Amino acid sequence: MATTAEGFDVHSDHSHDAHDHADHKPGFFARWFMSTNHKDIGTMYLIFAIIAGIIGGAISGIMRVELAEPGIQYLTWWAEFMGGGSDLNTALHMWNVFITAHGLIMVFFMVMPAMIGGFGNWFVPLMIGAPDMAFPRMNNVSFWLTVAGFFSLLFSLFVPGGSGPGAGTGWTVYAPLSTSGSVGPAVDFAIFSLHLAGAGSILGATNFITTIFNMRAPGMTLHKMPLFVWSVLVTAFLLLLALPVLAAAITMLLTDRNFGTTFFDPAGGGDPVLYQHLFWFFGHPEVYIMILPGFGMISQIVATFSRKPVFGYLGMAYAMVAIGVVGFIVWAHHMYTVGLDVNTKMYFTAATMVIAVPTGVKIFSWIATMWGGSVEFKSPMVWALGFIFLFTVGGVTGVVLANGGIDVNLHDTYYVVAHFHYVLSMGAVFSLFAGFYYWFPKMSGRMHSELLSHLHFWTFFIGVNVIFFPQHFLGMQGMPRRYPDYPDAFTFWHEISTYGYYIMAGSMVFFFVNIGYALVAGRKAGANPWGEGATTLEWTLPSPPPYHQFETLPVITDAHDYHDHRPATA
Amino acid sequence: MATTPPVLHDSDTARRNLRVGVLAFMGALAMLGLGYAAVPLYEMFCRVTGFGGTTQVASEAEAAQAATLVTGQTISVRFDGSTASDVPWTFRPTQATDTVTIGQRDIATYIARNESSKPVTGTATFNVTPEQAGKHFNKIQCFCFTEQTLAPGQEVTMPVLYYVDPAVLDDPDMQGVEQITLSYTFHRTSGPDTAAPAGTN
Repeated sequence: MATTAEGFDVHSDHSHDAHDHADHKPGFFARWFMSTNHKDIGTMYLIFAIIAGIIGGAISGIMRVELAEPGIQYLTWWAEFMGGGSDLNTALHMWNVFITAHGLIMVFFMVMPAMIGGFGNWFVPLMIGAPDMAFPRMNNVSFWLTVAGFFSLLFSLFVPGGSGPGAGTGWTVYAPLSTSGSVGPAVDFAIFSLHLAGAGSILGATNFITTIFNMRAPGMTLHKMPLFVWSVLVTAFLLLLALPVLAAAITMLLTDRNFGTTFFDPAGGGDPVLYQHLFWFFGHPEVYIMILPGFGMISQIVATFSRKPVFGYLGMAYAMVAIGVVGFIVWAHHMYTVGLDVNTKMYFTAATMVIAVPTGVKIFSWIATMWGGSVEFKSPMVWALGFIFLFTVGGVTGVVLANGGIDVNLHDTYYVVAHFHYVLSMGAVFSLFAGFYYWFPKMSGRMHSELLSHLHFWTFFIGVNVIFFPQHFLGMQGMPRRYPDYPDAFTFWHEISTYGYYIMAGSMVFFFVNIGYALVAGRKAGANPWGEGATTLEWTLPSPPPYHQFETLPVITDAHDYHDHRPATA
Repeated sequence: MATTPPVLHDSDTARRNLRVGVLAFMGALAMLGLGYAAVPLYEMFCRVTGFGGTTQVASEAEAAQAATLVTGQTISVRFDGSTASDVPWTFRPTQATDTVTIGQRDIATYIARNESSKPVTGTATFNVTPEQAGKHFNKIQCFCFTEQTLAPGQEVTMPVLYYVDPAVLDDPDMQGVEQITLSYTFHRTSGPDTAAPAGTN
């Protein structure tokens, strides 16, 4: 094989021997069920996330349809369908089960698997010039743990959980509702689901940290890594430090439920508020876990389609580090109403506001990257622009909610729902779609339709805004979260919000048709379909990349700064 | 730059990977331990700082010392008592409010009666509001320090001996606070003799 520099082109042009060897794949069962290949595992994570997303999205559809008008329309039917009684109590419990399932599925089985398991697995090794992850078998274990967790959660829907089947605790699983308040095994299965998914994520985080620290190509220093790799590194640390705390908290819940401990039961000297502290000590870093890889993707995409290096690379990298660090010391802003004294609230308000600074650095730098660039509105770029706009809207309402005083009024209202859906359902999801359209040609070797991608973007953009923007109004007028019914006064905006859901659901048709079209009839994608702006290592490989890549490691020389991650070409 | 092409997998990389992987995993285990350590730490934190309205326990000597700092200023104390749903007791303070001299010890009483036909053992949880008053509210003796068992139909008077620390006058967070509410809730003490709750569910 050639020396370092040409080692790359080997796969695409010359040497058929090398190509055959690199593309040797095991049989179907061994390849997909016992996979140790980071690209295959990444693909499985993405497919898994799409399936989970369809289920989680369908559940939100059930909720939006129910909320379209006041009164209980369909819940009783659903309660009976799921095997519960036909009385109002069971119907209301069913509502709690839906909100719980929607939240848990979207957080643990859609966004996290797609961001970290899917794109992280696929592109971290490619971007740092590594042949695979550091622990390929553990990678496989992570994936199947996540799948097992998902099945545990789905199973919980069909066993008793209090006044009906399923766990109706909300994704936060607050005690005492989740302990003495929910009789039956459903909550145990939901908790077990979190254990499995959490264990999978901790193993995955260990894997990413090791891969990024040890397996970078020669010459690729930490300060020459692409920002997506930086984002996954920070995310992996957040996972590693936050998830075990959740594991501890929900294990305490399990023993409180089943073995007579009283961690969260005042009768035995416990305190339910402690659960909230533990949960949010995990829960706040968790929201950054969901968005940081998105930040990384957006940085790659904006730079690619502006044909400019990303503005302020080091600032961008360390802004993510800062967000990660500060993210651990702001958790109580989720619990302003538990009775914190005024000094505590002042601290958490100020600390929360501080996060707006590194986040502002990132938004500024993305805009500065585009400034004076040769901007091309390809499908990944429009989704990235949508991300920047919508995430900023969610950030603004976040600054409002950060205030301990204002939050007392808005706590647990639709304003909060609107806020976190702007940063997640629009922030995280837009970055996922941006990343998907950016890397789909690389992953599949086929070009998707730009027209369908743009139609998908515009319909989705309009749909989610129609869903969630009116929810700010509902929240400010006092509509509480987690209720299936409301006074007539709220009807107007709820109805609009439900129309938005239909638009959003319709837009997904473009997405799936687009995937089908690309796989069946899409143009073959070259090594780099996005032009000179795409400077990271994955674009030096053919599309799709060979089954095993970088048998000869690329070498990044001192001549390269962080703007160009490719090895020398001569 | 390099004369020999870098190789894919060598035992050195594998060893370094294992080391970083194990370190990272130990970090996760440490956080798991910290999660559990949070339980006693949180309890200790509340006890020491009066966080969440946790009242303080004072000795006779401390009470005597506080009494030397009496300036004659007073504060109102409101009393509240309730029971968890599985405790078949009536439980109420004998006085709704009391005006006490800051620094001076005072006694308040609660009356509890077991309305059921079985003996019931309970423990009271307690706190004060506003919560910043927790670190200034000292109990010298309290029925809440121990378990209380009431025979069927038995009625007892339960005393609490307390004082409000004169430091309350210098605490900026306590400015404008004219009344402190002391609250108790009786919970059934878990145990073999109380296995069958008196309630319907």
